This record gives sequence, structure tokens and C-alpha cells, in this order.
Amino acid sequence: MGKLYNAIFSAGIALVLACLMIGVKLDTDGTTLKVHGASPEQWSWIIGGIALVFLSQLFADQIDAAFGKIPKPNLSNLIPEGDKMVRLKPWLLAGVFVCMVIWPFLVSRGSVDLATLALIYIMLGLGLNIVVGLAGLLDLGYVAFYAVGAYTYALLSQYFGLSFWVCLPISAGMAALFGFLLGFPVLRLRGDYLAIVTLGFGEIIRILLNNWTAVTGGPNGISGIDKPSLFGLEFSRRPSEGGTTFHEFFGIDYSSTYKVIFLYLIAVVLVAFVIYVINRLMRMPIGRAWEALREDEIACRSLGLNRTAIKLSAFTIGASTAGFAGSFFAARQGFISPESFTFIESAIILAIVVLGGMGSQIGIILAAIVMTILPELAREFSEYRMLLFGLTMVLMMRWRPQGLVPMKRPVLELK
Amino acid sequence: MSETLLYLIQQLINGLTIGSTYALIAIGYTMVYGIIGMINFAHGEVYMIGSYISFIVIAGLLGMGMVSLPLILFIALVIAVLIASTYGWTVERVAYRPLRGTNRLIPLISAIGMSIFLQNYVVLSQGSRDVALPPMISGGWTFGDPSLFEVSFSYMQLFIWVATFITMLGLTLFISRSRMGRACRACSEDLGMTNLLGVDTNRVIAMTFIIGAALAAIAGLLLSLYYGVVNPFIGFMAGLKAFTAAVLGGIGSIPGAVLGGLILGVTEALTAAYFPSEYKDVVAFSLLILILLFRPSGLLGKPEVEKV
Repeated sequence: MGKLYNAIFSAGIALVLACLMIGVKLDTDGTTLKVHGASPEQWSWIIGGIALVFLSQLFADQIDAAFGKIPKPNLSNLIPEGDKMVRLKPWLLAGVFVCMVIWPFLVSRGSVDLATLALIYIMLGLGLNIVVGLAGLLDLGYVAFYAVGAYTYALLSQYFGLSFWVCLPISAGMAALFGFLLGFPVLRLRGDYLAIVTLGFGEIIRILLNNWTAVTGGPNGISGIDKPSLFGLEFSRRPSEGGTTFHEFFGIDYSSTYKVIFLYLIAVVLVAFVIYVINRLMRMPIGRAWEALREDEIACRSLGLNRTAIKLSAFTIGASTAGFAGSFFAARQGFISPESFTFIESAIILAIVVLGGMGSQIGIILAAIVMTILPELAREFSEYRMLLFGLTMVLMMRWRPQGLVPMKRPVLELK
Repeated sequence: MSETLLYLIQQLINGLTIGSTYALIAIGYTMVYGIIGMINFAHGEVYMIGSYISFIVIAGLLGMGMVSLPLILFIALVIAVLIASTYGWTVERVAYRPLRGTNRLIPLISAIGMSIFLQNYVVLSQGSRDVALPPMISGGWTFGDPSLFEVSFSYMQLFIWVATFITMLGLTLFISRSRMGRACRACSEDLGMTNLLGVDTNRVIAMTFIIGAALAAIAGLLLSLYYGVVNPFIGFMAGLKAFTAAVLGGIGSIPGAVLGGLILGVTEALTAAYFPSEYKDVVAFSLLILILLFRPSGLLGKPEVEKV
């Protein structure tokens, strides 16, 4: 009986909430403001939603049980264990890498482009994973470092004519510097303070980029950013002054596909590099210290670990990865503006980390791919994209806070 | 009086007006934080929804031919407060209660999801364009030397000051005198102990979200009447500002939130007056970073002690 009461109550609340937002629409008519009721189609949506709330509350226990019973997509079990893994791993990695390199030549240009975007998100996800997943510091302004990387390359290339390959490490360095400067004062703060301060920092960077028109071009952004070159060979139709193009050098016909594939290959190499570095770091004392600090800060301090230095290193390295991704993003787009670096972007990257499973690299890679491809597949639902995105974040936290592929750590047990 | 002084007085009036609404929103953050130690990330969106509801009600009543201004504002206020409180309650029920007792990051992330959901819910149902309402309360006083600079103090600003003051007074009485208020204070001292002593802490926590949302709705009504426009994206910035105000005053302390809100409002008005106005948000966040740097517990907050 209590359950029925609860369900009716929830449905009533849902009715009130829906009627006064979906049910009435504000409209400007000349200078006066008018309200008019919703269309029959919207009313059917409202009634459907209320019925859903009613039923889900009525059968809440069964639904929770069903979710508990679903064989959780425990992808981590697919990975072989122990000795077998040690033998297989190099072959497996080499195989994946070869596939990644051959694949773009077999598919359409659009899918290669999409894959490049997914690789950028993988890079960002892996970088944020160091900060959030490993070190346990919630950074909501991660996109600021991405923006710093992108603008560093764009500005250096525009004002000093530096090439992509020179700017790549400089961008990472600049982002790391910003991470260091921000991290130094704020890393003493507790978790949620840190979240808000980084959020504020992200906004500061965006506002500065938007208003410092003389240098950054303001809301119009920077366009005509140079594309990367292969040992000085350009991928444009006509060579710039004194340059050689790729198709002239090899004596083949010009095709814009080469550029797309080349950008994709750069992204593959960058992601491989990032994964390699992070994996090394995780096995070093510093990486172990990150995780230890996440688990118990007070215990770490009593064991003599320098809390600030450890957090700062995680923050800086995470930021430099975003700088990497940022400069590559600028090179790929050829155009950047502050619009690309809003809070929603930070939220998407955070969602990738959370969805994949905090700390788990393979999970984050999968989540980044899913998050880039799903919106493309569900184009007709594009206006509902962010709504569903928010809802997924809430539901994931409720049913599977550890993510799709929870991080697996080596465990020793006494028998 | 000299011109610069008159100009300064005008900025102080504007700053205190905005600041008092920041204070109302900030109280919602500070009360929730004081009890469960978490940031209610969706609070800014509740404020935005409060603004929309008050616009909807006002436009609806005007459309029905009602002319009595006080009555319209009163009905709008009551409905906005009721609906926004329901939203606040729902946020707690959906995004916080099921996750109580888990890792601290988890409710925060679910609240971010909730905030994105609510913002897009309003975008989808009301459109993403600005909605404007012609000024409801016009007129005001001016003083100063007309040849130098005229300071204006509008009736709208007076209305905001009075409404904020009455709300604060009501809240203070509620917290200090009522049974529920006493339970709230007990919970913020020690949640577990209060629970052991037989207080239904779940109800108290839900109540905190409801009170916070109600105050945010009042701020929503006041600010949207003051500016005359709303859009679905105002919640994000307002939430961030109000959180800054709460931290500035010392999170967990209600007088602190009020003080922080007023200081933030005045600082912003002064920045906008003497520097390019785009940078007023930068100043607000820089202030937040500086406060956390030199006085992490805020102006009126108690320093927190970490224990094993």
C-alpha cells in the first residue's frame, strides 16, 4: 500500500513539474509577453512521462533488482589473466596498433574524420583521468588547459609562423605551466572547493579569450591555422612559397583524403604516446602516490608523502595532456574560437572518465569512442542529446558509479 | 558632493541590489553544505526555473486581465516558490538521497548531470532565446546635482531591498525559533548524532533543499524583474556567483552568505564601473581564488579540522 501511495505521490509531483514548464510556453508578441498552452503532442509526452514515473515508482524494487541482476558488462574479465597476459600483451598491442594504422585506408573520409575526433577525446579523457581517476581531484575546468594548448599553437603559428611540430611541446608546456600556476594555490583545498575553483578558472580563461580581442580575436576566434606537415611536406593543393606538397613530392594526384588520413595518423601516434607515458608514470612511485593519496590522504601524510607536490604533479601532467590535445585540435580544425571551450566540453570529458570507470584506461577509451559516435548515430535526436546526456550521468551514478570497465588493480591474497 | 562621490554612491546602490539577490541564492548553497557537506550543483538551475515560473505566472495573469500589481507579484511569488521548492525537493530525492554514504565525488557528478538535465529541459520546453518582460515597477528617486551626476534609486531597487530583508528576517526566525529550524541547526553540528537522538534527518535534509530552492525562487523573481529578461542559461553563472559569495562569507554560515553576497555584488558593480564591464566575472572568480588562498574558511566560517 505504501508503494502505491508513493507512486501516486511521485506522479503528482511529476505532473506539477511538467505542467508548469512543458505545459505552458512563454512567447514574446511584439513587446508583450504571452503564454500559451502546449500542443496535443506535448501533452501526450507529459502524460507518457507521468505514467513512466508512476510505473517506475510502483515497481522500483523490481527495477532495482533487475538492474542488479543484469550481468554487468564486465569487460575487464575478457582480458586474460596473469602469465598468459604477459606473453600475449605485446602481440595484442602491436595488432591493435597495426589495425589502427591500416583501417583509415579502407573506409570513407567521414569516418576517418570522426575517428580523429574520438582520438582527441581519448587524449582528453586519459589526461583528465590522471587528475580525477588516479589522484581523485575533481577538476571541472579541464577545458581551460585544452583552450590554452589550442590557443598557444594558433597564436604562435599566426604571429611567429612556427610549425605544428615545434608548437606541440610548447603547447603542452604552456598548459602545464597554467596547471602549475592554478594548482599551486588551490590544491590545498578540499575536493568540492577545488571543483568550483577549477570551474571558475575555466570561465576566467574563456572570458579572457572572448574579450582580449587584440590578441585572440575575441568571439571571432582565429582562423587559417596551419595544418601539420610531414617532414616539411605540405598537404595542401598548392605549395606555399618555397614549400613542397606531399602529392608533388611523390608524384601522385592530389586528394584531400591524404590530409584527413595524415591527421588521423598523427592522432594515433599522439594517443599511443600519451598511453605509454601514463602507463609508465602509473608504475612509478609518483603514480602509486597519486592513487594512495586518493584512497587516504591522512595516511599518506603520516607516511611522509608530500601532499602538495603529488597533487601538483598530477594536475600539471593532466594539464599538459590537455595542451597536447588542444594544439592538435587547433591544427585539425584550422579554426578555433572560445565557443569550443565552454563548460559543457569539460562536462563531456568528465562524463567520459566517469562512464568509462574512473582510473580505468581501457574503459575511458571505450567511453570516448561511444560518446563521439553515439551523437553521430542519433542525429535525429540531436536536440535531446544534452538532456539524455545529463540523465545518463545521474542514472550511471545511481546504478554503476564505478563505470563500464571498473579499474582493476593487482591484488595479492593470502590463502 | 563631488561627481566621483556621487558616481560611487550610484555603484554602491547597484551593487547592494545585485548583492542581496546573490545572498538569497548563496543561502541555499550554504545551508545544504552546512548539513550534508556537499555542493548542490543544480542550485543555479533551480534559480533559473524560479525566474521562468515567475515570468510564466506574471504573463498569464496579465493575459487574464488582472491589473493589481501587488496581487500579481504576490501570486507569482507564491507559485514560483512552491514550484521551485518542488524542484529542489526532487533534486535531493533523485540526485542526492540514493547516493548518500558513497564517495564524495559521486553525488557531485550526479548533481552536475542533474544541472545539465534541468537546463536542457527548459531549453526544450521554452526555447533557448531570451524572453523579455516590460518593466513592471518603474520610476524612482533621483538626487545629486543634475549638472554633475544624478544618482538614481529606483522603486524596483527598493522593492528588491525590502523583499530580501523580509525574506532574511523570516529565515532567521525560522532557523532560530521553529522546531524544524532547531533540527536544522542540530544536523549541521553533527548529522549522525542528531539522527541517534530521534530526529528524522532525511526530512531535515529534504527541508534544507526546499528552503534553499524557495529562496532561489525569490531571487529569481526579483532579478528577472530587475533585468527584465530570462534565458535558460542564466542559472550557471548565477550559481557560480552565489557559490563564490557563500565561500567568501564562510560556507555553512548563513550570516556569512549574506555578507559574502553583498561584498561580491558591490565588488562587481565597482569593477564594472571602473574597468571594462566584461571583466566583472573575472574579478568575481579571482576573488574566490584569493579568499580560498588566504582564508579558506571564509570571513565568518569556522576552520575545519581534518580527523581520521
